[in-house]
Amino acid sequence: METLLQQLINGLVQGSIYALVALGYTLVYGIMGLINFAHGEVVMIGALVALSVTGALTAAGLPLWLAGALGIAVAILTCMALGWSLERIAYRPLRHAPRLTPLITAIGMSIVLQNLAMMLWGRNYMQFPALFPKAAFSVGGAHFTAVQIIMVLTSAAMMIGLAFLVYRTRLGMAMRATAQNSQVAGLMGVNIDRVVAAAFVIGSALAAVAGVMVGAYYEIAHYQMGFMLGLKAFTAAVLGGIGNLGGAMAGGILLGLIEALGAGYIGDLTGGFLGSHYQDIFAFIVLIAVLVFRPAGLFGEKTGERA
Amino acid sequence: MSSTLLEAHHIGKHFGGVSALRDVSLTIRTGEIYGLIGPNGAGKTTFFNCLTGLYVPDRGDFGFDGQLLAANAPHQAAQRGIARTFQNIRLFGNMSARENIMVGRHLRTRAGVLGAVLRDTRTRAEETAIARRADELLAYVGIADRADHLAKHLPYGDQRRLEIARALATEPRLLCLDEPAAGMNATETAELRVLIEGIRADGTTVLLIEHDVKLVMGLCDRVAVLDYGEKICEDIPSVVQKDPAVIEAYLGGSPDA
Repeated sequence: METLLQQLINGLVQGSIYALVALGYTLVYGIMGLINFAHGEVVMIGALVALSVTGALTAAGLPLWLAGALGIAVAILTCMALGWSLERIAYRPLRHAPRLTPLITAIGMSIVLQNLAMMLWGRNYMQFPALFPKAAFSVGGAHFTAVQIIMVLTSAAMMIGLAFLVYRTRLGMAMRATAQNSQVAGLMGVNIDRVVAAAFVIGSALAAVAGVMVGAYYEIAHYQMGFMLGLKAFTAAVLGGIGNLGGAMAGGILLGLIEALGAGYIGDLTGGFLGSHYQDIFAFIVLIAVLVFRPAGLFGEKTGERA
Repeated sequence: MSSTLLEAHHIGKHFGGVSALRDVSLTIRTGEIYGLIGPNGAGKTTFFNCLTGLYVPDRGDFGFDGQLLAANAPHQAAQRGIARTFQNIRLFGNMSARENIMVGRHLRTRAGVLGAVLRDTRTRAEETAIARRADELLAYVGIADRADHLAKHLPYGDQRRLEIARALATEPRLLCLDEPAAGMNATETAELRVLIEGIRADGTTVLLIEHDVKLVMGLCDRVAVLDYGEKICEDIPSVVQKDPAVIEAYLGGSPDA
């Protein structure tokens, strides 16, 4: 029972990260039908920029909270600029190319960004500054920390903000119209280039926040940290129905829970043969199962708007 | 003498070996209802697509209100004041009727994301104005009671009306209607005719593609006929109706045969 509660908490925290990153995948896919495999690398760049800026400012004598806040702000702005540049340089020239072309380009951009980060920050694991208070709580035998609470609340706030943007603003309406039929949206005066750029910029801002939270949670950062996270967030987006915002949120949380519960019980289930370090297999079992049994995802329409 | 609104200069468009449009020139005057007719495959919709920036013509260009239209830039065509509807209805199916029209208002509104977050007075005033204008347009085309229905759930005739309302929301100077009466019964067609006349009376020039010859002849000030991508005739309806080339195009033989 304690394990169950503990793993539910862990799963919720991990899942909220997946959800934030999954939103970036699904936003871009919904509007232009592209799976931006370089999105995980944007998360990584966000974490590393925050790390460097915070480190430099604390070394210059600023208090940690101020240095941390500035670090997060710079990370978000950097990632927004990165997302915008990715679209402008790598994807826009391929807007009318066959679908496989931008997909391969995305994988290429992922490799380029990883190597660029390796050149800038080195190959070693780096200590991420402890940005959030260390207070720990205990309820019913399960433990959780202030960091975890902050992560869940921040994710929730970001998602509410995104929902507001998409359903209540002029830009959001243009985005929804473009997702349903970009040609007609253009004829109605919507500037498609700007809507696509906005999707990248917004997704990248969410990715930066996710990167900072992952770094602060594990207190470690590395140039390859975005790769597995990106794959799992992509799985979460597919699980929820790619292109569907609510689906990405639910898929992220669900995937986090499945992973945490799987990791918590895999030892007991296999008589100790497999340990919790096998937790990664669950995400990909989920991915395969969804693709086989429900390719449109849990909340996707069978005849998707963008099939 | 009324002024010229649109001038098409020698428009040509090929798809592989098929020439969909060959050297089509025509002039539309401000305030008229101009009909474009012709048998299936004559190039009418291709002409619309070139005009609204969906296709880039291989030859020729368009002058709109004295200035050249940029090719291949749909949202700029909309900005300059050209709006259209589609032969096969293309609404935003998963948005409400009101929202469909609000997308059309996109061009003529300014409030950004910041304004939406801060809810300043200007943004709120603009939002109220947009919603009011959307409801006015819904009423104008006669579907005020459908404002909150998803577009995909509307009956066919109402979807056609909504497309016209959405196009009007961009405040066009030239409204291009691609077979608006397709699939309509006689009553609906009669209502459509009143609507189009009202639109013209309110100051919008109309370019109409239509198969319903009776509607075109009764409604249009001037008519151009396309056949195999070429303009074979352009005149007032009563003259066009008697033109031997037109009769041949439609009936596939000479009138004397």
